[in-house]
Formats: sequence, C-alpha cells, structure tokens
Amino acid sequence: MSKPKSAYSIPGKKQKSDTHVIVVWVDNEAGVLARVVGLFSGRGYNIESLAVAEVDSKLNISRITIVTTGTPQVIEQIKLQLGKLVPVHKVADFMRGDKKIIFKEMALLKIVGNNIKRKKAIKFCKKFNPVVLDKTNKSVVIQITALRREIDTIMNDLKKTGLVSVSRTGAVAMTRGAEIFK
Amino acid sequence: MSKLYSGAEIVFKCLEAQDVEYIFGYPGGAVLPIYDELKNHESIKHILARHEQGAGHAAEGYARSSGKPGVVLVTSGPGATNAVTALTDAYMDSIPLVCISGQVPTHLIGTDAFQECDTTGITRPCTKHNWLVKDVKDLSKIIHKAFEVATTGRPGPVLVDIPKDIQFQKTKYVNSIKRKKLNGKIHNKFNQGEIDQLVKLMVNSSKPILYTGGGVINSGPKASELLRELVSLTGFPITSTLQGLGSYPGDDNQFLGMLGMHGTYEANNAMHDCDLMINIGARFDDRITGKIDEFSPKSKKVHIDIDPSSINKNVKVDLPIVGDVSEVMLSVIKTLKKKHPNFASSNKEKTSKWWEKISEWRSVNSLNFINSDKTIKPQHAIQRLYELTKDKDTYITTEVGQHQMWAAQHYKFNKPNRWMTSGGLGTMGYGLPAAVGVQIAHPDKLVVDIAGEASVLMTIQEMSTAVQYNLPIKIFILNNEYMGMVRQWQELLHEKNYSESYTAALPDFVKLAEAYGCVGIRAKTPDELDEKIKEMINVNKPVIFDCLVDKEENCFPMIPSGKPHNQMLLGPNDQKENKITGKGKTLV
Repeated sequence: MSKPKSAYSIPGKKQKSDTHVIVVWVDNEAGVLARVVGLFSGRGYNIESLAVAEVDSKLNISRITIVTTGTPQVIEQIKLQLGKLVPVHKVADFMRGDKKIIFKEMALLKIVGNNIKRKKAIKFCKKFNPVVLDKTNKSVVIQITALRREIDTIMNDLKKTGLVSVSRTGAVAMTRGAEIFK
Repeated sequence: MSKLYSGAEIVFKCLEAQDVEYIFGYPGGAVLPIYDELKNHESIKHILARHEQGAGHAAEGYARSSGKPGVVLVTSGPGATNAVTALTDAYMDSIPLVCISGQVPTHLIGTDAFQECDTTGITRPCTKHNWLVKDVKDLSKIIHKAFEVATTGRPGPVLVDIPKDIQFQKTKYVNSIKRKKLNGKIHNKFNQGEIDQLVKLMVNSSKPILYTGGGVINSGPKASELLRELVSLTGFPITSTLQGLGSYPGDDNQFLGMLGMHGTYEANNAMHDCDLMINIGARFDDRITGKIDEFSPKSKKVHIDIDPSSINKNVKVDLPIVGDVSEVMLSVIKTLKKKHPNFASSNKEKTSKWWEKISEWRSVNSLNFINSDKTIKPQHAIQRLYELTKDKDTYITTEVGQHQMWAAQHYKFNKPNRWMTSGGLGTMGYGLPAAVGVQIAHPDKLVVDIAGEASVLMTIQEMSTAVQYNLPIKIFILNNEYMGMVRQWQELLHEKNYSESYTAALPDFVKLAEAYGCVGIRAKTPDELDEKIKEMINVNKPVIFDCLVDKEENCFPMIPSGKPHNQMLLGPNDQKENKITGKGKTLV
C-alpha cells in the first residue's frame, strides 16, 4: 500500500488571490442577510467588509456590498452561489482596483485632547472631506469618507493627536459615469 | 365573498392542487391542526414513519423512483431536527422534497418555548430555500412557491415552517400555481453556438468519453432515451457516476461501468486518457476525480449542467453548457444528424484504436473476485440477487458502505429511477426507509434494499412502517459484522487497527424480523443462497434477509488516497496472478 494517509485528495496548486467587491440586490425580507452571510461562512469564503441597507422601499430591495478575497475560481463560485439564492435578484462583481468604480468607506473618529491636538487632527483629515459632527472643549468627533487603506493610514497618524475611538462602515460602491451595474 | 379556510385547510388545498398523493410524516404538538384536517382529504394518504429521519428518506425514495416531489410533515423542535439528515441528504443528491414543519405559536417564538427550535435557521444551509410563515395570508402562495423551488432548476429540498396559530387562523385560498419560470432561477441559457462547438469537438475527437450523472435521471425518463440515442449515434464509450446508474443500460457493450473511487478499471483509465470528456449532468465530485491536479490531463472537457454553480467548481472545463440535459442532448442530436449524417460510421474508424485500448483495460476484469464454495462472497451474493431478479422490474435502494459499492458494481440497471442510493451525503440508514417510499410509489414492484448490518440498524424501526402498510420490501443484509468500509480503510490506511469498527453484539435478524411481524430468512452457505433468495422474492411480506458473508472481503477496484485515475488498486487478485507489474498493489 502506498504511503499517503489521507483518503481525500491532496490540495492542488494555489492560485493568486484578488480582492473583489461584490454587490448583491436582494429582497428585503427576514433572514436574507443570514442566507448571504451563511453562504460565505458555510463554504469557507471570507468577508472583509459588509454594508447593507434598503435602497428601494417600494420594491422592497436591499443592496448588499461585500468586500472579499479569493482566487478567480472562488470569486466565480461566490457569484454563482449567490445567484442561486431565491431572494437574490442580481449580483455584480469587480476588482478593488477597478478604475471605473468609485467606492468609499466612512469612519467616525473621536479625538480627545487640547486645542492644538484637535486642530492638528482635523488638518490631517483635510483630504477626506472631514465633517465635524460634535465638539467640546476637550474632544471632537470627525466624520471622514475615504478608501480603506487611507482610513488605515489616517488612524495611524491620528494616534499621536489623541484618537480614542473609531467606528467604520464597510465599503459601498458605485460606477462612474452614466452607466449602472448590470 | 369567497369562503374562508383555516391555515391547516389551506395546507391541504395546496397539496391537492399540487396532486400530492402521499405525505410521509410523524405527528406532534405543533402540527396537530394539520393532522386534524387529514381526515377530510381522501385523496391524500399519510404514511406514518417511526422517526422523522425515516419519513424524510421515505419521501426521498418516493421522489427518486416516481419523479414527483416527496412531501414530509413533521412537528416543531425534535421533529424538525430529526428531519435535518434527510433534508441534507436530499440537498446533496438533488432530490425534490417539500418539508412542512410545525412551529410554536407566533407569540411564543423566541421564548425558548416547549419544542421550539430555530427551524429555518437550522435548515437554511440544507435546503434550497425555506420559509417561516408569519401571516396566514401568505401561506398558500408560499406552499406553491415551495413546490416550484423544489422541482425546478436543479431539484432539492425546501422547508415551510408553520406556527401553530397560523394553522388555526382563517383566510381566503389563492391558487397560485405557476408552472415553470421562477425569479430567473431556471437556467436554459445555452445557445446553438455552444452546441455547434460541442459537435465540432465530437467530430474531431479520437478518444472521446461520455461521463453521465444524476442530472440525466433528474431530467426525466426522456433524458435517458435521448442519452441512449446519443450514445448509439456517436458510438462513444459511456461511463456513469453512482447516481447516474440506470440512465444507460448497464449490460450494454458501450457502457464501461461506473467510474470513480470504486469504479471499473476501464472507466477510470478511459477518463484519464481521453481527449474529449463530455460531462452530462454530473458534478466532478471528489469521489469521481481522485487527485484533481492529475485528473484527465489530456482532455478537452465539456460540462452540461442545469446548475451554473456546478461549472468550474472543482474542475476547470473548456466548454460549459448551462441547461437541462434533455434539451441540450436533443439539440446535439439534431445538429449532429443535420451536419454529419453518417457520423457513426465515419467515427468508427477514428475511434477504433480507442476502443481497442478500452478492450485491453476491460480484459483486466477489474470487478473480478476470488469466489469461494465455503463462505458467501458479498459480490457473489449481489450477482446472484441480480440474476434472480433481473427479469422483474426491480427497484434497488442501498445503505452506505461496501455493500453499496458492490451493489453499484455488480447489479446492472437498465432503466432510470430504479436505483436509489445516498451518494453525496453518504447516509447510513438511508436504504430501508427509502425502500418504504419506493414501495409506496410502486406497490406491485419488487423493492430490495441492499444493506449492511451496521447501516440498517440505524433506521431498523421503519420495518414497523413497512408492516403497517403491507409493503413487501426486502432487506437484503450483507452481514459481515463489521462496518465494512471503515474496516477496509483501517486495513489500508491505519495498519489494521480496527478501532471500533466491529459490532460485538448484533441482533438475531431472523428473530428481529419475526418481532416486527415480517419474515426472516438466513443464508449461510453459497449452496443455499439461490434457494433462499427465491424464497425471499416469493414472500409477499416484508423480509429481512440475513446473508452471512465473508468478513474480510474488501471492495475493489479502488483509487487509493489522493491518486489519479490511472493508479488504481485492483485488489488481492493482481498480485497473486502477477498480471500487473508495479509497486505492490498500485498500478501504473
């Protein structure tokens, strides 16, 4: 008898993984998010970020934006498996680097510190449409919208200016120009 | 003002509208209103199982042998959780099931009420879709939709969870049966261009093979007819997966037998060496492909499947065709006839070398075994069963294990829907309740469950169901006192450490049969085997047949762990007779 002990097939060659953004239009009904998320966990796909909200109250449609990483084969499977779910209307997918697509994440940043630190913090955020949502003489809450890695960077920068709390959303996406997702 | 009906009445109105004749179920607190309504609907007969898993598998057997969806009715909590194995089994093997479960009343949901569980949560990954009915007005629409989802596209199980208060509430009945078309989930998107490409590949191929699966069975009897036409039109060799057996006659010369882990030498080698593989309604399961990196390295692969997510899932294919296999085969046949009217004769020469190679592989006779005149060899038992039942239109179910593989290897099927086995999930205990369901669908036919003594004990209680409804099913147990396949793997992979695979205490199956009110027969030697099998066939009652077989026999041929198709283990024969040289038992 030959040596290998495993009765199952040995894993094949690994392909390169890419980060994709997958947009799913679903009926806004009980359990639909669980179906979508359960599909990812059940089949071993990973979710980097997730954003979901109703976008059409008349037709009762929610739009889910999922950022995920996988080989081309895995991404294809995710799309096809999502397409099989009964409440799913359509599925769109694109690479994170796609120039035709805009996508944004929002973050709320709370800074606690003296006036100089707070001003410095707002200055750091300048490039990312900072909106001051709340301020006291000790603190400030800044809202920014940016790409994931930009938010990562700024969080690092803000550590020295008294960043005490961060709340971030998942990415949402939209096509550039007059086109819409098919 | 149209009449108002209670939720329970609506359930039955829907079932009647769907032409349901049998429901398999088990009553309980949360479905009592539905059970109460049963008496008012004569066209629907309820089959009382002895366990909800049994009800589920019986519905599967019914569905697979009749082509109609199986209907299961269970109560909340344990009723629903007991049905999960059957639902998962049906999901893996694409069997249409509609499971209706009771639920605690709406106002108690979420309170950890008696016999409450999150049924839709638990069954979400093992159904195509499920529903919790929160408003009685939605009930009829949901049930009709449930049948639609279960039976269209790639079939599968669905579940409708109905709280008890909804079963009492009254509303109007809306008959909303929609045939076909479902939310864009039916995929018949193939076009003539793809068919032309396929025909071109077929014409250019000199080493083709057809690899067919359960999709051909699921597509209906017409698919099997078309497959036969396609095979005779092309002269191509054909092999089938476990689930596809019966779609093409098992005794035909163009049929190479089953492929895969315990498939024949010729089928697996042909898969490995072919230059064109046409997959019709199969899914490149890991039991079929073996080592994926070395799976059929030289071939162009075509995959015809109704489920787009099956394509490129395990194996990258060159030409995917998404569609119902019947319709695709019909188009292929038409195109082939039109464009290449004498294909069969022109192709004969082209593939003659290929067929020579196949006969070489065939001559290895990989299903051979060393027979004995002292103990019954399990393969011999199945061969005798086949010889003695082949003239009848016999339906075979199996449990899971060695006996299942021997049955697949040695029982030759000629028609679709005659072979019910748990392939995807591999559920021990499937065969007995499935036989109950098959016998319900075909009361006058011979139904045999080829079983192992370990598997059958998992659902043996369903004998009681068979007795209650006078279902003369035959439980043909190949009794080796071991969980045979476990023992075989322990022998091959774990230095014969037979950890917990021997059943030290087994019931006396003959007495057990008598206790259930059926007939017990035991065969101990090869001499008495035929006589006893005949006796079994002639009894018009359920029978437990205890066939004492060789305890050490292993199931060969076998593709061992992580090996490609062309490195099969042929069993004890190949070493002794020195037919094949190579490292030990491993073929090159």
